[in-house]
Amino acid sequence: MSEHPDRLWRNPEPRSGYDVVIVGGGGHGLATAYYLAANHGIRNVAVLEKGWLAGGNMARNTTIIRSNYLWDESAAIYEHALKLWEGLSAELDYDILFSQRGVLNLAHTLQDVREGTRRVNANRLNGVDAEWLDPDEVQKFCPVVNTSPDVRYPVLGATLQPRAGIAKHDHVAWAFARKADELGVDLIQGCEVTGFLKQGNKVVGVETNLGPIRAGRVGMAAAGHSSVLASLADVRLPVQSHPLQALVSELLEPVHPCVVMSNHVHVYVSQAHKGELVMGAGIDPYNSYAQRGSVHVIEQQMAAALELFPIFARAHVLRTWGGIVDVTPDASPIIGPTPVDELFVNCGWGTGGFKATPASGWTYAHTLATGKAHPLNEPFALERFTTGALIDEHGAAAVAH
Amino acid sequence: MLLIPCPWCGDRDETEFHYGGQAGVPYPERPADLSDEDWGRYLFVRDNPKGRFEERWSHSAGCRRWFSIVRDTVSNEIVR
Amino acid sequence: MRLPEGGRIDRTKPLRFTVDDIEYTGCAGDTLASAMIANGLLEVAPSAYRQRPRGIFAAGVDEPNALVQLDDPMQLATTTELVDGLAAILLSGKGRLIDTPDPTRYDKRNVHCDVLVVGGGPAGVAAALTAGRTGARVILADEQNELGGGLLTENRLLDWLADAVDELDALDETRILTGTTAFGYYDQNFVALAEKHRLWHVRAKRVVLATGAHERPLVFVDNDLPGIMLSSAVRQYVNRYAALPGENIVVATTNDAAYGTAFDLATRVSTIVDSRPEPPRELVRRAQELGIEVLAGAHVQQALGTRRIGGVRVGDRQIACDLLAVSGGWSPAVHLFSQSQGKIRYDERVAAFVADKSVQEQHIVGAANAVYDLAGCLREGFRAGLEAAKRTGFDGSLPEAPYAATETVAPPTPVWFVDGPEDRQFVDLQRDATVADVRRATGAGMRSVEHVKRYTTIGTAHDQGKTAGFAAIGVITQLLGAEAPQGTTTYRPPYTPVSFALLAGRDRGELHDPVRMTPMHDWHVRNGALFENVGQWKRPWYYPRPGEDRKTAVLRECRAARTSVAVMDASTLGKIDIQGPDAGEFLNRMYTNAFAKLKVGHCRYGLLCRPDGMVFDDGVVMRVAENRFLATTTTGNAAAVLDWFEEWSQTEWPDLKVWFTSVTEQWATIAVVGPQARTVLSIVAPDVDCSAESFEFMTFRDVRLADGTPARIARVSFSGELAFEINVDGRHGAEVWNAVMATGLPTPYGTETMHVLRAEKGYVIVGQDTDGTVTPQDLGMEWIVSPRKDFVGKRSYRRPDAVRPDRKQLVGLLPVDPEDLLPEGAQLIAPDTSLAQPVPMLGHVTSSYHSAALERTFALALVKGGRQLIGQTVLAPLRDRTIAATVTEPIFYDPEGTRRDG
Repeated sequence: MSEHPDRLWRNPEPRSGYDVVIVGGGGHGLATAYYLAANHGIRNVAVLEKGWLAGGNMARNTTIIRSNYLWDESAAIYEHALKLWEGLSAELDYDILFSQRGVLNLAHTLQDVREGTRRVNANRLNGVDAEWLDPDEVQKFCPVVNTSPDVRYPVLGATLQPRAGIAKHDHVAWAFARKADELGVDLIQGCEVTGFLKQGNKVVGVETNLGPIRAGRVGMAAAGHSSVLASLADVRLPVQSHPLQALVSELLEPVHPCVVMSNHVHVYVSQAHKGELVMGAGIDPYNSYAQRGSVHVIEQQMAAALELFPIFARAHVLRTWGGIVDVTPDASPIIGPTPVDELFVNCGWGTGGFKATPASGWTYAHTLATGKAHPLNEPFALERFTTGALIDEHGAAAVAH
Repeated sequence: MLLIPCPWCGDRDETEFHYGGQAGVPYPERPADLSDEDWGRYLFVRDNPKGRFEERWSHSAGCRRWFSIVRDTVSNEIVR
Repeated sequence: MRLPEGGRIDRTKPLRFTVDDIEYTGCAGDTLASAMIANGLLEVAPSAYRQRPRGIFAAGVDEPNALVQLDDPMQLATTTELVDGLAAILLSGKGRLIDTPDPTRYDKRNVHCDVLVVGGGPAGVAAALTAGRTGARVILADEQNELGGGLLTENRLLDWLADAVDELDALDETRILTGTTAFGYYDQNFVALAEKHRLWHVRAKRVVLATGAHERPLVFVDNDLPGIMLSSAVRQYVNRYAALPGENIVVATTNDAAYGTAFDLATRVSTIVDSRPEPPRELVRRAQELGIEVLAGAHVQQALGTRRIGGVRVGDRQIACDLLAVSGGWSPAVHLFSQSQGKIRYDERVAAFVADKSVQEQHIVGAANAVYDLAGCLREGFRAGLEAAKRTGFDGSLPEAPYAATETVAPPTPVWFVDGPEDRQFVDLQRDATVADVRRATGAGMRSVEHVKRYTTIGTAHDQGKTAGFAAIGVITQLLGAEAPQGTTTYRPPYTPVSFALLAGRDRGELHDPVRMTPMHDWHVRNGALFENVGQWKRPWYYPRPGEDRKTAVLRECRAARTSVAVMDASTLGKIDIQGPDAGEFLNRMYTNAFAKLKVGHCRYGLLCRPDGMVFDDGVVMRVAENRFLATTTTGNAAAVLDWFEEWSQTEWPDLKVWFTSVTEQWATIAVVGPQARTVLSIVAPDVDCSAESFEFMTFRDVRLADGTPARIARVSFSGELAFEINVDGRHGAEVWNAVMATGLPTPYGTETMHVLRAEKGYVIVGQDTDGTVTPQDLGMEWIVSPRKDFVGKRSYRRPDAVRPDRKQLVGLLPVDPEDLLPEGAQLIAPDTSLAQPVPMLGHVTSSYHSAALERTFALALVKGGRQLIGQTVLAPLRDRTIAATVTEPIFYDPEGTRRDG
């Protein structure tokens, strides 16, 4: 299994039509294409990417993978993802550097403790590994966390998902892309969808800067740009796009063994394979497509990080960046049909898309192949915003994922 | 760090403000008469344009007044 | 070697320092790198991945090799100011965090100015001069500890520079920040500057970017050997620091600039290798006059040597040298320009990406604008400074420029890489990434420079590609057979690394988040309270007596409230003063129940919901006067509720005349709870008739306490006991609390006891028994939802999901074993449920306590179709055991309310 295979993808010209066209060559689009080909034998597929493959949130996230979500529906789909992650390097024949080093979600208030306990109990019954750690156990698991009782918001405990961890985002994208390409999927970069070809209420293809491309079905997987894309088909989505910033430090000798997240003080941090600290901030509050945010968000995040990890004080920020996250009212994704026939949507992953990549692709491929939702994505249909059957993961998602 | 023009206090840093999303979405006159679809749209669906966006801000650390501006969501230029 | 004279160092001030524990001596004015070179120390730690020998390569922020560990995990020797006692450890790409606390206090300053000039080279100084002379507020920031930039490297116009600095120093409205790097350029001309221990937030009306340019390396076989150095760096070490990095020098260039280096070091330079077939004649002539051979249309194919360069191969010639000064052309430092959203384009003429179009209020001048001759830099600087000042309302004129010989800069001829082993032609020295790596990426199908960067890691190291970035683009362009470079990777803040501590500033430790304390806080501390963080507030949690654990203390506190009298500091509850003729109507629209007709002097409990119908907050509202209410909120939601009211009144119903003021901290509130509450009142407020007949439940009155203190006493109860809340001006809070305690009767209690008492009565805590997915109906509170009026959220109760029969409902739970305490957060399942995962769950325990009054444990829970399950058993499967409990009505104590009404 090689980390850097010699062949990744062809760079084909688009053909005149495909059985399925996926708009958006990010992690989810690529995974969807792979599973369409691998699970459903549908290989006459194009992935259209207006920039470079996996150059959006896939290239910008902090690579945390976990499945310890509160609600049954979320736990089911994220746990399916985690199980896929566990076999992904082998399946895709590409080392994605999946490191199951454990994710701690810290509790700083009594209410955090109650919510953490609730989540641990729910996770266990849902088949998701979860433990509750007291502050001493937190200290043992992650010695650099400040568990002193004398800080502003002392650590009162933490949930731990031992199977959770991080992976190398680029490798994941390239692994899916490489396999999809190998199975016959056309990955077309620099191809921007500018409109939809419709017959009545049915989508039959897309207009692009490279010309029209016909399609039996069209699956949107455009993350932060989902609203803009869907509006081309006159579909309005309950999604708002916000900047989400992250940063890395210089390379450091190993100091931080796991992933630590704290919703209360808005920090999540891990140390990547090479040695850089990778850290995410809270969402910038305003709508934006700018892929950058405000510096005070970073400053607040640093202050919070140093409360938790005093040893990081002398580390340096090498690079900050921003992604565009598509946020839904209940912090849960939307995967399923749209009011337009043969047009499907997969969006709204907010800050949590990376960890879902394989399951998002798996269920979306099923949906695109059969025209019907997979049981795992059925609860995540658009219509929940009419019925009110939301899957409110604000507690679990909060800033962080 | 946006510089936001409060109509009452002048230009101030973004940190003094609270964001309120799309402007001009009124509370329905008679919510009881709305279908579930329409009520769901009122609750959850807002414009999300790439480009000019009329949005609400509240000068929460200042005069505490709500107001609307038009901002470009790509350049962050505040148009009016 | 240190040259005997010249340079801007102070030879009278020797400084001792160590590198890898070996002692050396440098001079004041040195950088660590210049001092190392002066000591003959050119080689640094081997490369990170291939362990190849590496040497100091640059003289500034673009250094890829000379990484050192100080207290900081990673610094550049080239930008580290030498101080006495400095102890540096050479690093191979990876630093180490030390866990001794950093005693430094970091700070931030927020400033506004008319003109911010970034960069103190000739163009920047010129801009600051013309802008400063107009009287505009000017800030001139430069990353180096001395203004001058390239002038110091080139030893030019130093007299003019000295005069200019003196004049700038003397201008009242001009501030010079040396040693200060502008690292982030954000929206609306917000620029972040990093001084050593101070972070500057500058909001500028205009910005002049005079950020200079970075010299590019050359890519050839073994181009990473120690002794290969950027030509401008060689020149800087010699001219500025009198530190000579080599005795026998070859210069390899694609452009004019390196000739200056050769001329300054003439006696030690044997050869100039120029890629251009026809270098400018004037330069060639001058080189020949100085005895330097010029090889035109040639380039270095390979560096020779093992630990240090010993020569170069040019075609079939070998030329001996101990230093190779390279110049692969120049890349304007458009980092900040690009961060500011400025658009860049590839300019064939200078073979570089250059500024194209500004988005913000700014100018870009000098080398940053690809203007490389000194006269041109000065001209642009003067003009931009004046123009910037004029745009901000000041006026002035252009000065006469100092004499600088007019130079024409001939176009470069780039060489991207050479024939020869590609895995020894380094593109990114710090990442050990070579032409072979780039070829592998493009061969695998990658076309985008972003992909290649990620695949090869070029440009992701400490220097963020300041030297490697363009070299990589050139290699990609050539490998793909493209005509011109297609684009760069995105420039992101920070321009140079910024420490976490600097960004955090003072926002740490005690200043991390303000602590809010009630007026009675000191009493609580003195009396042994343990505290709970609720929002920013410190609330007494419970008051353990010596030897008591939490359970014992809380049971004692509860018993006191139920059997005698107990008091709680309730000052943290949010309080909003609501005034205006339409206040009643407004509250009617916000709360689920009606307030318009509440009588003056009366109180009513109210529930607030979001438009989606979910419970958001609750509290008691008093009608103080016809046009005035006082609403209380939960402690954690006080600000959110005020925001909520203001948002609805201002944005939806501006026609309603109603205004809001937070008065949370204006009032101190003491809840006196228990059967003997009246006894306490009779002492503290002897003039108040608190008999049941005279002082009805859910009324309040404004009175004077025994010592004359004005107070508002409300007869409300969150415990189910007879209770009075004494509200006084916050300034009197402590003394009134003392007066209450001085009666000798009450037991103080904290939030934990409050939670138990209210749970025994089935009163919910918003945020604990609700989680944003719970309606009033789910809580069994239909009684508070008005069927007659509309209110925010009402429409949502008709949505299909809101009328599902299996919604989760609030119920009580009594563990079958009365000693068993259900953990809060325990999940519940039906008795016959299979434990095969996923296990279908009914709901979860929201609150759970030992009850003194019930002499057993009890809990509240949200359970699917819970009201239908009353009387039945549910199970809470825990890690090591399962607790069975009976579902009950969510009220356990005095269901008739006789005690409260007593």
